[in-house]
Amino acid sequence: MNPGRQKIYSAGLFCKVRHMEQNVSNIKRLSNPIAYVLSVCGFLVLLFMVIGAVYYATVAVDYHWRWFKVPKYFMYKSTITLYAEGYGEIDTIVDNRDKKDITVTTDAGTRTYTVPKDSFDWIEGDMVSPGDIVASYEGGWKPGILAKGLWVTLKISFLATIFGIILGIIGGVARVSDTPVLKWSAITYVEIIRGSPLLVQIMIFYFVLGTTMNKILLMNGIPKLDPQWYGVMALSIFTGAYVVEIVRAGIEAIHPGQVEAARSSGMTYFQCMFHIILPQALKTILPPLAGQFINLIKDSSLLGLISIRELTKATREGITTSLQTFELWILCAILYLLMTFTLSMCVQYLERRTATK
Amino acid sequence: MIDVISIYKTFYVPHEVKALVDVSNKIEAGEVVVVIGPSGSGKSTFLRCLNRLETAERGQILVDGVDIFDPKTNINTVRAEMGMVFQSFNLYPHLTVQGNVTLAQKLVRKRPKKEREEKTRMLLEKVGISAKAKAWPSNLSGGQQQRVAIARALAMDPKIMLFDEPTSALDPEMIGEVLEVMKTLAKEGMTMVCVTHEMGFAREVADRVIFMDEGMIVEEGTPEKFYKNPDHDRTKLFLKQIL
Ligand SMILES: Nc1ncnc2c1ncn2[C@@H]1O[C@H](COP(=O)(O)OP(=O)(O)O)[C@@H](O)[C@H]1O
Ligand SMILES: [Mg+2]
Repeated sequence: MNPGRQKIYSAGLFCKVRHMEQNVSNIKRLSNPIAYVLSVCGFLVLLFMVIGAVYYATVAVDYHWRWFKVPKYFMYKSTITLYAEGYGEIDTIVDNRDKKDITVTTDAGTRTYTVPKDSFDWIEGDMVSPGDIVASYEGGWKPGILAKGLWVTLKISFLATIFGIILGIIGGVARVSDTPVLKWSAITYVEIIRGSPLLVQIMIFYFVLGTTMNKILLMNGIPKLDPQWYGVMALSIFTGAYVVEIVRAGIEAIHPGQVEAARSSGMTYFQCMFHIILPQALKTILPPLAGQFINLIKDSSLLGLISIRELTKATREGITTSLQTFELWILCAILYLLMTFTLSMCVQYLERRTATK
Repeated sequence: MIDVISIYKTFYVPHEVKALVDVSNKIEAGEVVVVIGPSGSGKSTFLRCLNRLETAERGQILVDGVDIFDPKTNINTVRAEMGMVFQSFNLYPHLTVQGNVTLAQKLVRKRPKKEREEKTRMLLEKVGISAKAKAWPSNLSGGQQQRVAIARALAMDPKIMLFDEPTSALDPEMIGEVLEVMKTLAKEGMTMVCVTHEMGFAREVADRVIFMDEGMIVEEGTPEKFYKNPDHDRTKLFLKQIL
């Protein structure tokens, strides 16, 4: 098409789109402010009705909500208890700055404990038997099981995102190249990974690859890898395959004139790729990429099956000790929501920043 | 300077088109050659073969004695010596005007920062667009964009400039400013191959006009002879259509 014509055509299209937007927002906008407020109230009422109905139903089946028990799954104050190791007696109790040193001699040997002042009520010469509490006092704050799980999920998702992007860009550039070894490798990778369930891939990574690799590592005297690493590998490679396709689509959307301009000035293929094409492709790549990484966070919940204690597995373990089933599962979902929502906010911010150019 | 020896080019997709059929030509240093011909006659393909944006299936092109279709030739060093200006400008939209002119100086010529900034400033001044150095291409008029594209090509200090219908996407009132820049270049002694139907330009600065049709060079000659008194009927017919 003659570019002049194309300009007019796209200008026309632009007007049409703007026009349509206006129409849509005209339909959307309620002209009466009272009607608008009422409609917002309607939404809130609906929301509370649903929550209320769920709450009522759980009470009807005698579920006791105990949200107050939940915070300790995030942070708790640990208690440190020291036990006597055998029959014997308290030798000495001496001041050690604001603490005290208790020396206990039993048939298992002599030991000195440094403990806070009020953590015991012995006096020198008291007899102790095995299992007696020598001292008991509060330790520091410790992260609860959900906090640890959340941290593992964040760590694994972050690492898999980084590796997924690297794999995806390398794969995407290979996918659009003319060299068969690159192009066909990329196609094979994408098709194999996209054609099988993630759960199966995780199992293969852990039980097939993991077993083999750990054996090889052991044979060479290297300690075996933590399951977390196999989890990161499985997720990166899975996500990478989808990112390859996203990157490919982004690259193919760039006008071929850009490549010609760059190559005709003597840039190499890779210079053109990294300075001209990829920076421009970023704009089209970003939104689907965000969706992919939101999926990644959610998919990391499968890693519990290979004994990685991420958020979902941590929740399950929390429930077996506390029986706060409802609270913990709801909390678990809210935590995932918070992570995905934060990510999508960040991406929207990035999108706005790239769009201003 | 450029020796085109009997090149052929056929496109097979979407259907078979013989874009170039036995095209030969010799372009001397300092020469300004204008290529004209009806749409689809192979002008762009010819131009794009000169810096191997297209590869001819038969024939040879020697640029300063270097066979550019030889796989052993480093095409990027050849291309750095040949600036190209496109009908649709093809400025990099993610870079400012300055960035557009500077990038290849950095990547290809490996010029130090100071030197390439000085070069960019000088070239933007030359094409009369210094005030817009920090602007984004999308905020420029077509004529301004094309002048930036010329500056971008000149930044490599090319020995040859190739122009593919540089003014045909422009609104009429902007054609003049681009042609002015091209004329200045021609008068400075730049070797130029221009696909353009601007007869005024051809008459003022061209040393030779080539008429192409159906992938062949039908006729060539000095602008004087070519426009006043062409030999071939096809040339006469074409000139009648565009005048
Ligand atoms: N990349 C391409 N793929 C297929 N056909 C092409 C391609 N480029 C050019 N052609 C065809 O080759 C012929 C010559 O094109 P071109 O050199 O662009 O002509 P001009 O520039 O004189 O208008 C046309 O018929 C065109 O359709
Ligand atoms: Mg053309």
